[in-house]
Amino acid sequence: MSSELQALSDHIASSLGEAMTARAITFDELTIVVRGEDIVRVATFLRDDPQCRFVCFIDICGADYPGRERRFDVVYHFLAPHHNRRIRVKVETDEVTPVPSLIGVFPAANWFEREAYDLYGILFSGHPDLRRILTDYGFEGFPLRKDFPLTGYVEVRYDEAQGRVVYEPVKLSQEFRNFDFLSPWEGTDYVLPGDEKAKA
Amino acid sequence: MGEHNIRNFTINFGPQHPAAHGVLRLVLELDGEVVERVDPHIGLLHRGTEKLIEYKTYVQANPYFDRLDYVAPMSQEHAYCLAIEKLLGIQVPRRAQLIRVLFLEISRLLSHLLNVTTQAMDVGALTPPLWGFEEREKLMIFYERVSGSRMHANYFRPGGVSMDIQPELIDDIEAFCDPFLNVLDDLDTLVMNSRIFKQRNVDIGTITLDDCWAWGFSGPLVRSCGVPWDLRKSQPYECYEELEFDIPVGKNGDNYDRQVIRMEEMRQSVRIMRQCIAKLRAPDGQGPVATLDGKVAPPSRKDMKRSMEALIHHFKLYTEGFHVPAGEVYAAVEAPKGEFGVYLVSDGTNKAYRCRIRAPGFAHLQGMDFMCRGHMLADVAGVLGSLDIVFGEVDR
Repeated sequence: MSSELQALSDHIASSLGEAMTARAITFDELTIVVRGEDIVRVATFLRDDPQCRFVCFIDICGADYPGRERRFDVVYHFLAPHHNRRIRVKVETDEVTPVPSLIGVFPAANWFEREAYDLYGILFSGHPDLRRILTDYGFEGFPLRKDFPLTGYVEVRYDEAQGRVVYEPVKLSQEFRNFDFLSPWEGTDYVLPGDEKAKA
Repeated sequence: MGEHNIRNFTINFGPQHPAAHGVLRLVLELDGEVVERVDPHIGLLHRGTEKLIEYKTYVQANPYFDRLDYVAPMSQEHAYCLAIEKLLGIQVPRRAQLIRVLFLEISRLLSHLLNVTTQAMDVGALTPPLWGFEEREKLMIFYERVSGSRMHANYFRPGGVSMDIQPELIDDIEAFCDPFLNVLDDLDTLVMNSRIFKQRNVDIGTITLDDCWAWGFSGPLVRSCGVPWDLRKSQPYECYEELEFDIPVGKNGDNYDRQVIRMEEMRQSVRIMRQCIAKLRAPDGQGPVATLDGKVAPPSRKDMKRSMEALIHHFKLYTEGFHVPAGEVYAAVEAPKGEFGVYLVSDGTNKAYRCRIRAPGFAHLQGMDFMCRGHMLADVAGVLGSLDIVFGEVDR
């Protein structure tokens, strides 16, 4: 399996040339990283090349790595049912650089790109209808970004007086508890209460 | 008389409509009674599952998967467990694999029973859901007996399953199989051979194989186009490789084919369940039901009374949880509705860095627009029913 994947990886690398910046095979899964501006060409090649035939669209999703210069990954998954193989294609981008939309290659990309836009704020150029999809009408912010708090910013309730649902800033009766269970014996980035006395 | 100003009009289907299978709002643009455009508005059941998982340890995140496709909960847990197991590189003991497959097929029955019979209700029949739900109730009791919960089982755990299955339960599941096949035959006579059901479903919502691949369809939709594509056969997981079953395929890619496929898949599921039961009783089907690696699966209560190490393992597992090596994997299973995948990114800590849930229903619902165009308004409910949509997984 892995030698077969290696051959496929070499084939894709030689065909794509500069468009591909990295590749790896981990857990029997092939991952390639390509330049954002080439994604349409790459997806078309993967779909039409007889050795690839990744004709089945599986998934597009975002991932956020705030520490990086280009913080977002757009992760594409494709499936080649004829060869029974999968591939993962990754593109790096940031908040302002749009990624070309794949709708022309796979019509299914439509909703998946809308979702990535909705949850991460990743922009897709050439998308005909880049609306929010999962969050509320009129929602503000991009909830799956790492800097978006789990509890969000607004909450809704039904207001008897006004006879409609109203939005209010979120009020927590108890502070959000994010337990840090990482083992203290392996080192922490904070000082445990009382430990400051040891050094004094 | 002057020329009338003829224009399309737009109606709302849902969000509260009995045939919307949950909370779906369809904005339909109609020309008379012919559908010109369908714009599904989803997200009314969005609960931020993917965000919540990033703040929970791996085991704490497991129950969220029950609440995705709540019609067949264990299939979702399974994809998540497979992803973790792939990252951890652990093997699931054979008995756990057999139990998993047994309950995966029970989940398939749960899902297909609901779908086939309620789709019949969407096109005008009232009796089939009553028959279907009677059987579903029996299956949910099996769920309850094995996990303690009728729906949100939280039964599959990374490394195996949470508890062993009782021999009496195995007997009862076996006793369920034969009468259930009779119920399927009755349903066949009642639903599949019904003239009205055929009139409403044959040649409605037709798709081609190329559509399926390009739109990311999977499961019965692909198989209705004549391709025996089933991840249980093509990319086998657990012990599916050693089990005998057939993959039913259709040839027209219409609503009716999909429902016939689901009926036949239920028969195949029963066949798989029987084999699992036989293997669970065989001597090599005995043994542990979770990996013996104490760093991943909790120790037994008995061990905790006597072994200090087991007690420490238990404490660490239920406070800190286990750490998963850094990396990323995609694990997919053939859920009743199609390919359910989990793309898991781990940064080496006890919480998932990113957990992407690839739900089949999301891709299928997207196809509503092109499948319904040119059909009559009344067919929208039928097409929607045949796609097998559950909003827990579409909205996540």
